[in-house]
Amino acid sequence: MNAVVDILISASFWAAVIRIASPLILATMGELICERAGVLNLGIEGIMVIGAFAGWMAVYQGLPLWGGVAVAMAAGMLFGLLHSTLTVPFGLSQHVVGLGVTLLATSSASFAYRLMLPEVTSPPKIAPFQPLHVPGLSDLPWLGEALSQTALTWAAFAMAGLVAFMLYRTPLGLAVRAVGENPAAVEAQGLSVTGLRMGAVIAGSGLMAVGGAFLTLSAFSSFFFEMVNGRGWICIALVVFGAWRPGKAVLGAILFAAFDALQIRLQQTPLGAALPYQLFLALPFILSILALILMSRRAEVPAALMVPYNKGER
Amino acid sequence: MTIRTFTISRRGLLLGGAAALVAANLPRGLMAQEPLKMAGIYTVPVEQQWVSRIHIAAEALKAAGTVDYSFTENVANTDYPRVMREYCEAGVKLIVGEIFGAEAEAREVCAEYPDVAFLLGSSFMPDAAANPNLSVFDNYIQDAAYLSGIVAGGMTKGNIGMVGGFPIPEVNRLMNAFMAGVREVKADAKFQVSFIGSWFDPPKAKETAFAMIDGGADLMYAERFGVSDAAKERGVLAIGNVIDTQGDYPETVVTSALWHFEPTLNAAVAAIQGGTFKADNYGTYSFMNAGGCSLAPLGTFEGKVPAEVMAKVAEKEAAIKDGSFTVAIDDTEPKSS
Repeated sequence: MNAVVDILISASFWAAVIRIASPLILATMGELICERAGVLNLGIEGIMVIGAFAGWMAVYQGLPLWGGVAVAMAAGMLFGLLHSTLTVPFGLSQHVVGLGVTLLATSSASFAYRLMLPEVTSPPKIAPFQPLHVPGLSDLPWLGEALSQTALTWAAFAMAGLVAFMLYRTPLGLAVRAVGENPAAVEAQGLSVTGLRMGAVIAGSGLMAVGGAFLTLSAFSSFFFEMVNGRGWICIALVVFGAWRPGKAVLGAILFAAFDALQIRLQQTPLGAALPYQLFLALPFILSILALILMSRRAEVPAALMVPYNKGER
Repeated sequence: MTIRTFTISRRGLLLGGAAALVAANLPRGLMAQEPLKMAGIYTVPVEQQWVSRIHIAAEALKAAGTVDYSFTENVANTDYPRVMREYCEAGVKLIVGEIFGAEAEAREVCAEYPDVAFLLGSSFMPDAAANPNLSVFDNYIQDAAYLSGIVAGGMTKGNIGMVGGFPIPEVNRLMNAFMAGVREVKADAKFQVSFIGSWFDPPKAKETAFAMIDGGADLMYAERFGVSDAAKERGVLAIGNVIDTQGDYPETVVTSALWHFEPTLNAAVAAIQGGTFKADNYGTYSFMNAGGCSLAPLGTFEGKVPAEVMAKVAEKEAAIKDGSFTVAIDDTEPKSS
């Protein structure tokens, strides 16, 4: 038990938690915007891959790091456009389209990678984001180490705040939330359901792609085909965990990251020698499922989630 | 001062030209064989450490004109048999690859094409009765891993972090040999062992390495991409595996245990050309005495490793090569100590 307490009070543990949570927060915010507008975006896994690839490749080709983030976002929005065109005006199955987009984006990334780098034997590296020195904050004894994070991490948390503000404090946010609850009412107000939903999916996909780019531009320095490794699916669960609310979703991401950082460290305690390692790897998922059960009891699902809107249909 | 001028006479030109003609035709005349049609089928990109060793060996034979090599990468295990069939139907005579995730299905395809030679990485042994045309291999580089462990033992204060993908035999074998090497020098060394449950998640491998460094590790065994990056960021040492990674981390990677696939592939190609290819275990071609593995040169760490440690490495290397010492092959899952 002492070992666990020691882990929990160490600054390096919390630094790891924030690091692991950052890409999840970005992508979860993206998915949350889509779902609040009534569109389930299962393209998230592939869009994260394309973001990880496009952002990294842009920097590798000479763009500055923030330029890479912008390219990743643009690439994600492009796939968001594809997804929303098929699901919103055409009203196709959101499950099928989402998985299709994931497959297309994933294989496009590997195809483009091989076209651009046909003859490499070891994945090339870029100079990734470095931990930011915040005057005053970084010199504090414990907090300084825990908050020794890259600019992209700070941007992720700022983005979560921005999304929350946008959804709950602006007319646009009200319209986005309404279109996920009762699109006919939005239509009656003279707003375009198609435009709002497509815009939400495109913007959300852009955020997902930045979440993917976090992996290649901040967490690591080169691109690997399978490096997103299911993080997109975790974000889908985090949206449900957060009951479609940005604040709770961020908490969920931090909780999941904390479980993950904890299991890595628990493996090195005497417990780790006694139990099989698979149990530790499964721990964040098991605990998150348990938390999901508790949290989701009072969740309010957007009423029009996954319901295509056909103008004039009764 | 005289200046020699180089002038070309008619006779010289003719002689030289004739010599060049002979030289150009010499290799072809000596080989007297068409390049062998060969295909590589890999479940991961050719950048991956393990597969890159196979790819490099095949590219070298292609450059030498011995084989006509093409490859398919990123093949899903479920799709593996289909790609095998496609190459067989296309008239390929040798297929190399890895069937760790498609053992049964791939072996069925081998049986369907008895005229094609298969040289595949596998966790199981060859079966001459069912698949007389299938030979297996794996990276049995425990010799080099053991030597890299001795170097690590000389560089650590006694706490080593090891991050692996999955605890499968080829990973365990190298980790155990490495640990045995470390204990040669530091009998009481502490090991932190973790598996991340993925072959390709560098950010996760990096996080795991960070946790070990926070836990006191001063040297990392870098079995996965990402570990060396964590070591570099925190300024601790690392030992590479399968490929030489010192070029990317000149300040932190002391040495690497290298795998050379050339002896394995060359033996198989020679057997096919001689008509003697049969079901065999090519694992031993990865041993040090076959030239299948080696310790990477110290490079930037030349002179920084204690001399008595390097003397021990040289002594053990000689003993491994002359057969008086054998590194134990231990496939059990290593545990933290």
